[in-house]
Amino acid sequence: MASSDKTNIDLSVAMITEAPPLADWLVIAPLLLCMVVGAVLLMIRKETRAQPIVAIPGLVALVIVDAALLLHVMANGPVTMTMGRWLPPFGISFTVDILGALLTLTAGIAALAGGIYGAGDVNDTGRRYGFYPFLFLMMAGVSGAFLTGDIFNLYVWFEVLLISSFGLLILGSERGQIDGATKYAFLNLVATTLFLIATGYLYGIMGTLNMADIARKAPNLTDKAPMMTVVSLYVLAFGMKAAAFPANFWLPASYHTPRVVVSALFAGLLTKVGVYALMRITLLLFPAERDTLAIVIAVVAAATMLLGAMGALAQTDFRRLLGFLVISGIGVMFAGIALASPGGVSGTMFYAVHSMIVMTALYLASGMAARASGGFSIAQPRGLYQSHLLLAAISLILFFAVSGLPPFSGFWPKVILVKASLDVGAWWLAGAILLTGFLTTIAVGRVWLHAYWRPDASDTPAEPVSLSPMRDYLPLILLTGLVVLVGLFPQRILELTQTGSEQLLNPLDYIRSVFPQGEVK
Amino acid sequence: MEALMTLLVGIFFAIAIYLFLSRHIIRILLGVTILGNAVNLLIFTSGRLTQEIPPILSGNAAAARQMVTANPLPQALILTAIVISFSFFAFLLVLAYRAYQELETDDIEEMRFAEPENQQLPPLGY
Repeated sequence: MASSDKTNIDLSVAMITEAPPLADWLVIAPLLLCMVVGAVLLMIRKETRAQPIVAIPGLVALVIVDAALLLHVMANGPVTMTMGRWLPPFGISFTVDILGALLTLTAGIAALAGGIYGAGDVNDTGRRYGFYPFLFLMMAGVSGAFLTGDIFNLYVWFEVLLISSFGLLILGSERGQIDGATKYAFLNLVATTLFLIATGYLYGIMGTLNMADIARKAPNLTDKAPMMTVVSLYVLAFGMKAAAFPANFWLPASYHTPRVVVSALFAGLLTKVGVYALMRITLLLFPAERDTLAIVIAVVAAATMLLGAMGALAQTDFRRLLGFLVISGIGVMFAGIALASPGGVSGTMFYAVHSMIVMTALYLASGMAARASGGFSIAQPRGLYQSHLLLAAISLILFFAVSGLPPFSGFWPKVILVKASLDVGAWWLAGAILLTGFLTTIAVGRVWLHAYWRPDASDTPAEPVSLSPMRDYLPLILLTGLVVLVGLFPQRILELTQTGSEQLLNPLDYIRSVFPQGEVK
Repeated sequence: MEALMTLLVGIFFAIAIYLFLSRHIIRILLGVTILGNAVNLLIFTSGRLTQEIPPILSGNAAAARQMVTANPLPQALILTAIVISFSFFAFLLVLAYRAYQELETDDIEEMRFAEPENQQLPPLGY
């Protein structure tokens, strides 16, 4: 460590010498915000009244920061921030493109709705056991997974959101929850371990974990054979996380057991992180291997969406039915990944945004319907249409949206995906998407007819339950408003997802943002 | 050396998968632990194995570039993975114990509280 050596070391070769511009700090702002607010909430865990007062403004701030990040990315293209002054690929990079920023913003909105609803749905015990701190830590994990540009770091964020979701899942310690949580925990842990195995192999082959570095080196790899194994493992791991057939059985076993607001957050956020990771790995990093696996992904997509819709048809419990609809939506998103055309990827992105909002809203609506009618069973008519007209109307909008009927948000991505499938001659995939929409319409139509429309037939009319306009209706109306708005004015989102899919399919901008010197080795 | 390690990792994976096939949660739990260790060894092996040269560079930069040292990155990755798998193991252990207390079984075939066996069919007509 001779001091004379220091003079002839040029730091700028190995280190970042200039501080990043102020606007680039937005890249990690959602994470910092979630962790700081989560830590504060953990400290005031016992002050159950203060928890929502701190948490809801925190979630509003999160949505604002996410929106600012999306605007920043729209204006400047992919943005990168590298940790610890090391130049990439040695420092861990956070790289945000439109896909990541858009999904982070949508996740923030879903979390805000959940946070407001939770103020009414989660009682003092639930708050004392940490509903809000877990919510913020889970949001840190979800945002981190969407924003990171390093595969091992992605694994770490998966684990962060997974451990927080365990905490949320068993809030209440009922028998059904423990049963569901056991299956959820073991199967998800196996999925993340598969992810880690694939990452270990990937590091052994490529010698790097930075996504942009992998994207620029993968086409020049001479030894292609082991990459197929690695990518297949990734597809299996993320398919399991996303609850794609045939690895979907943990979802209907667990998603109906926790509190309604927790189910809503899970349905909105968690499986979509799996879809996002699959998009990132297959489309950005290994397009050549994805082409070989395309037929497998397409068959999985068709099977997932059809079996999800058929599972929904067989359910009596409203929440279990919604769990199967989550799975069915995953299948539709996989269709776009299998096609990998600009239209298909744009449709998948659009559908992910739609699904995050509409599934969260549907679970919230199911909770309100159950509170107003005394149960989740759709077999007993309770006359919700007579007693709660607004709730019945909102639910009908959401049912239309989840089936993909116009003029709501589910319609446009399905149109894009059907067109993209027909463009490459995959008529059976297009047919599966349309058939799924039809089966979903039957399943949710039955719910609406029986649980909402049919008058209360019992001798003892149910006591009128009043739902709070602020805690219950506000988040539901916020989400439903978005569903209607996106359905009526899809142009802005469409342009956004088209730019996003171009960024994903031509990763030059993404790579340049991490390696500004530009040379592609 | 790598070949021997690969064999060891393979044996670990085989044991873990065998334990996963059991119906008893406690065995699955042991499988999870062994799987975690298998993955850690796998990452360690993928970083290439070198003997007795710690990854500490000293002296001038030119000489340091000539040295073949152990790869420090897999160690950092494994350290992270160990911490995560350990905390998950702790959580799963408590969860399995609670399941045994509350559900009075550790046989997954008998765990039908979230999904009861004879579920009512949904209404088939209006």
